[in-house]
Amino acid sequence: MKTPDRANDIEGDNTMKMKGADILINGLLEQGVDTIFGYPGGTVLDIYDALYRNGKIHHILTAHEQGAAHAADGYARVTGKVGVCFATSGPGATNLVTGIATAYMDSVPMVAITGNVGLNMLGRDSFQEVDIAGITMPITKHNFIVKDVKELAETIRRAFYIASSGRKGPVLVDILKNVQIAECDYEPEKPLPAKQITIDEKRLDQAAKLINDSKKPLIIAGGGVVASRAFDELKALSEKLDAPVTYTLMGKGALADNDARNLGMLGMHGTVAAARALIASDCLIALGTRFSDRVALNRELFANGKTVIHVDVDNAEFNKNVPVTLTVLADVKQCLKSLTPKLDEKKSDWMKQAKEADGKKDAIANVRAYDILKTAAELAPDDSPLITDVGQHQMWAAQQYPMNKPALFCSSGGLGTMGYGMGAAIGAAFGTGKLCVLVTGDGCFNMNMNELSTAVTEGIPLVILLMNNGVLGMVRQWQKIFYQRRFSQTTLHKKTDYIKFAESFGAKGILLDKDDDVRAKLKEAFDYAKDTCSPVLVDCRISCDDNVLPMIKPGATYETQLKKMEEN
Amino acid sequence: MDSATKKYTIGALVANKSGVLTRISGLFSRRGYNIESLTVCATEDPDVSRMTIILIGDEYMLYQMIRQMDKLEDVKKIGCANELDCVYRELLLAKVGATAEVRSQITMINDVYKAKVVDLSIDTMVLELTGDPEKLDAYLKVIEPFGILEMQRTGVTVLARGRHTLKDRDCYGDHVN
Repeated sequence: MKTPDRANDIEGDNTMKMKGADILINGLLEQGVDTIFGYPGGTVLDIYDALYRNGKIHHILTAHEQGAAHAADGYARVTGKVGVCFATSGPGATNLVTGIATAYMDSVPMVAITGNVGLNMLGRDSFQEVDIAGITMPITKHNFIVKDVKELAETIRRAFYIASSGRKGPVLVDILKNVQIAECDYEPEKPLPAKQITIDEKRLDQAAKLINDSKKPLIIAGGGVVASRAFDELKALSEKLDAPVTYTLMGKGALADNDARNLGMLGMHGTVAAARALIASDCLIALGTRFSDRVALNRELFANGKTVIHVDVDNAEFNKNVPVTLTVLADVKQCLKSLTPKLDEKKSDWMKQAKEADGKKDAIANVRAYDILKTAAELAPDDSPLITDVGQHQMWAAQQYPMNKPALFCSSGGLGTMGYGMGAAIGAAFGTGKLCVLVTGDGCFNMNMNELSTAVTEGIPLVILLMNNGVLGMVRQWQKIFYQRRFSQTTLHKKTDYIKFAESFGAKGILLDKDDDVRAKLKEAFDYAKDTCSPVLVDCRISCDDNVLPMIKPGATYETQLKKMEEN
Repeated sequence: MDSATKKYTIGALVANKSGVLTRISGLFSRRGYNIESLTVCATEDPDVSRMTIILIGDEYMLYQMIRQMDKLEDVKKIGCANELDCVYRELLLAKVGATAEVRSQITMINDVYKAKVVDLSIDTMVLELTGDPEKLDAYLKVIEPFGILEMQRTGVTVLARGRHTLKDRDCYGDHVN
């Protein structure tokens, strides 16, 4: 993989006259951007020309704009920096939409730059004209249409500030063609520091009292812990309270999966131990989580009778889904830094009790995917990002693939975007410079497998574990439970030879058949990716009848967690 | 309206630029909430517009809307008007069919409500009334029998009594609990 040129140096110190397109590139350099994912086209020709002339930013040309948006997302998740993607007007811009919505639902900082037709062509249904600002209004934190070159530099600064402040998220900047060509004075500026929230001290004291008074506190770590990089603070909190920690999908990796106090994932497909601890607990310390329906399931009964302390950076999340006892508006890291010293050290049987339930998870039937994932985790270097697509394989990975280093897990949690994985894996590879593991299914992979060509071109060491069961497994599982096994349109009947497919793209393909030795085949894959710095696809044949368990039905309570399949 | 639903008045100072109204109305429509009445106007500051939104709903809907609006970049200040501490006014124009025979009846009603006749033709009258929304409702009921040809209401405008202004009020930051 090529290393991007680190280029934080800004061209010149003084005011200079330049074209809008050059102001944009310099504006990105101001923000420390060194990597962009994108796809050129008619209305961004000037921007791409400026990028070419400048030469300091590494641009990754994807196969499709959706791949670029997901790559910017994956890059942002692993680095904590703002991911940047470029697309042209019209179809280029609309192809970003799913990627932007994915980032919005998971609060991932991103700046999407699109070109648009010139002001004199705007509103005339010109070639490749689309109102992308209008389209992305509900899926961005904010968006801008830049009509005047004098506003461009300040708009770029605002865009990065908004994307990375408070609850992070995507911002779109639509730059008209005439703005890219027009000249104006430009003076580089230092980036604005992200907005800080002042924490209400009184609430910290109240929170401390509630926690100190509790007997069985359970910590729920959400995506906010990852977003604020509060890993050490989370660990310190769990140690001081000797309290178990469970996490939402977005919070995976916030506390190492091999930490003695980690009970695993909470929610619809969460662990038995996490569910039991939730039921037994008397106090929930919810950090940076929004109690999504996949976690709360039954929002009225989720926290029934328990003390709930909700720490979040977004005021609008309080009492939105689950009614809570006390809210603390704060960045999780800042909050824990002040809160943990106020807490009494605890020691009781509670932690032991919660962990004992953990030992009982053997009640869940083994599936082949578990063996594949666990073996892959052993073979992968410690600092390898894990990227997933969406469906059964995603849940199996969340349950069984241990993440022992933080901020290396990329998965579409809120939007549940099938096809997210390939693009995100490319972004995560550039963000970390490490070998990446992508767990995908044959349904998801078919959505954006075109990006394998990008991974080959860029020389990305990537192990793709394609969980191939010939069906849309998660939908099929629901058809088994709720639709009396009427498998409407979930059997794929594809004749695709994934080995030949990988080879035709310049990657390696390895078949891991049902009777093959998992470790031997996977070792071959990891060695190949490491040695050649290129992608390898492992066609893992698994049964179409494997299910994701445990499972709590939508709207049901944790007491009704299913350990075995229950079909109607 | 069931027992939990009430009429709430949300006041907001927003950036005076295109697209702001779409952003705000989008927040309502995507939750399936309906805007009962909406007034938007310029203010003493050319960069700022003032919006008054009437929402019929429960407290959950009110808090969600205020907090969601508060997150928008273009929303500068926001608050919920307290009925007792505010002055509410709305303007009504109504064109009624009114031949010479009924004019005196209408003017008699106008005297009671302090409404004005702002246009008169052989068989029509245009009536103007300013007041709080309930007064307008009551007046409309009385003139309805004469036949309303067309009418328009401006939507509610609200100002707090006394020294308080929306501008000076802190953003809706003091969350409940």
